[in-house]
Amino acid sequence: MSTATARQAKPATMAQALQRAMRDAMAEDPSVHVMGEDVGTLGGVFRVTDGLAKEFGEDRCTDTPLAEAGILGTAVGMAMYGLRPVVEMQFDAFAYPAFEQLISHVARMRNRTRGAMPLPITVRVPYGGGIGGVEHHSDSSEAYYMATPGLHVVTPATVEDAYGLLRAAIASDDPVVFLEPKRLYWSKSDWSPEAPAAVEPIGRAVVRRQGRSATLITYGPSVPVCLEAAEAAQAEGWDLEVVDLRSLVPFDDETVCASVRRTGRAVVVHESTGFGGPGGEIAARVTERCFHHLEAPVLRVAGFDIPYPPPMLERHHLPGVDRVLDAVARLQWEAES
Amino acid sequence: MTVEERPEAAYRPTPPPAWKPRTDPAPLLPDAEPYRLLGTDAAAGADPQLLLRLYAELVRGRRYNTQATALTKQGRLAVYPSSTGQEACEVAAALALEERDWLFPSYRDTLAAVARGLDPVQALTLLRGDWHTGYDPHEHRIAPLCTPLATQLPHAVGLAHAARLKGDDVVALAMVGDGGTSEGDFHEALNFAAVWQAPVVFLVQNNGFAISVPLAKQTAAPSLAHKAVGYGMPGRLVDGNDAAAVHEVLTEAVGRARRGEGPTLIEAVTYRMDAHTNADDATRYRADGEAEAWREHDPIRLMERELTVRGLLDEDTVRAAAEAAETMAAQLRKRMNADPVLDPMDLFAHVYAEQTSQLREQAAQLRAELDAESGEGTHSAEGGAR
Repeated sequence: MSTATARQAKPATMAQALQRAMRDAMAEDPSVHVMGEDVGTLGGVFRVTDGLAKEFGEDRCTDTPLAEAGILGTAVGMAMYGLRPVVEMQFDAFAYPAFEQLISHVARMRNRTRGAMPLPITVRVPYGGGIGGVEHHSDSSEAYYMATPGLHVVTPATVEDAYGLLRAAIASDDPVVFLEPKRLYWSKSDWSPEAPAAVEPIGRAVVRRQGRSATLITYGPSVPVCLEAAEAAQAEGWDLEVVDLRSLVPFDDETVCASVRRTGRAVVVHESTGFGGPGGEIAARVTERCFHHLEAPVLRVAGFDIPYPPPMLERHHLPGVDRVLDAVARLQWEAES
Repeated sequence: MTVEERPEAAYRPTPPPAWKPRTDPAPLLPDAEPYRLLGTDAAAGADPQLLLRLYAELVRGRRYNTQATALTKQGRLAVYPSSTGQEACEVAAALALEERDWLFPSYRDTLAAVARGLDPVQALTLLRGDWHTGYDPHEHRIAPLCTPLATQLPHAVGLAHAARLKGDDVVALAMVGDGGTSEGDFHEALNFAAVWQAPVVFLVQNNGFAISVPLAKQTAAPSLAHKAVGYGMPGRLVDGNDAAAVHEVLTEAVGRARRGEGPTLIEAVTYRMDAHTNADDATRYRADGEAEAWREHDPIRLMERELTVRGLLDEDTVRAAAEAAETMAAQLRKRMNADPVLDPMDLFAHVYAEQTSQLREQAAQLRAELDAESGEGTHSAEGGAR
């Protein structure tokens, strides 16, 4: 086997899939521009934009000044003039200075102008913990984005989806907050960076594992956790179904509720805080739609309601396999008489 | 201040050349006094047609301000932030741009938008409350009147940058008040513009107050124009009540930007004669007689004097300007007194390109409520599952 073939046969990482999604989008559409702090010469601190500046030039993949509101604010103006900016926020908590631009302008411009001025902006936010990051490098901010009408909120869990969903996000005429589970950047799959790849429509959940006794509803970095929990639960007689939401806004009620109606039990699993977190909304939606099919209350396994902990303590905070299994055990619920 | 090194301090090696001054700040510094044209010798060279055009627009703008203020008293507008006293900045801003250029106004800059050709009623949609932006921004290349402070400035930078990337010689003019210069977005916009050498002109209308807070409590800078130097762009200081001077300084800056020479920050020193809005009580923060002193320096009066001195202002001109303004006001009154026809279903129409299933459900709910209100649809509701 030649070295070239050997390199090609190596499984691809999520970071590579994201990178190829941007490369393909930029090659197909000259209006696609990548911008952010360190995305050019360095190729991004996670190397997700590696090589784009070299291939497309600094005008198409731009190292900006270090200012998140400025990065997103100028992207608004660029989108107003017909470009499709793909903005990188480097780390979850670094996106907070850009919140005003996101909430007051990005999310509203279409609505404000009665559809005359849509903003096709993709905001890439590496999010979540599990990489041993210090403070401000591990937040799960999805609930803030979900609470803002006008934004799509998307998060892939697999290498294939990382490509397919990012392509869809860039092609979307509406702004998309694209949450990249940074601890899955180095997860691998046999997906080939060269072979043709599918573009996934935004807004559809997918059943990652079929099962009969309960549904784990999850997304992003918690998907592998839930799949592992489902394998472990088998030994205890639980046949768990795992639904990967992929898109938090729009929310795929149909796929989620069809699964819960089949299994009669559900646990929502995510890293974000439980109080005021996405799980509350999801549990309420499932209860409203599937009440008569439910054998037990919809449970939540979430991060604790604390500021994201320092790295040496984060393993106690992150929902792991055992915590998911404990919740599943509680699904053998008996009403108090 | 110089520090003399001791002779024995030879252990201190010269640092590597990591720092050198990037640019000579002297040419970027604004003049000590705001630039004036009207009433000076230089005014003799000003184009009479331009002066007359500015005059007519000033008169029309003043009438627009008084009419819109009256409409708030009649309950036809939720609020109107008047620009009375600042008309010279508004008019000059609009007239300094070419058709292909873009204007990024703040909420007080309705007049600039109208002078640029926007329908006077559409310019008031936001303030009347029937929608947030009443016009298609692409039609006259006017961004939505921006309510959050200074957040439209980075948009102007991004648009100008994008235009240049596409090879179009388009300039963006971004307007902001003195209070807005304290916002982070002001800083980030100026910094991006200078680094990218984007074809943008920033016009600060320093009207003395951010609602009630005077400039002295807003900034410790020698002038707002001085802020330009820190970003590496020229700062210009101009008399904001002198329409000809503002027009000249803006035209020059727009020309610089179009030639690819980068952004300019202009501070126009003016005064807000009315309160912040009709909800504000300016007597609580204004010194006695301050407004009166500024009335002597009224932009229309300055222009009238100049035109008179040059023999350009006859009775016909005055009457024509007044009549045009009155016609505009009468039409505005008439059209604003008609209740707008609103479709509540529009609430769901423009949130996304394609409605989510969640929004479709909510739209159906509102539709049912509207049907029930109007007495139609009651029969179909009877047949429903609930």
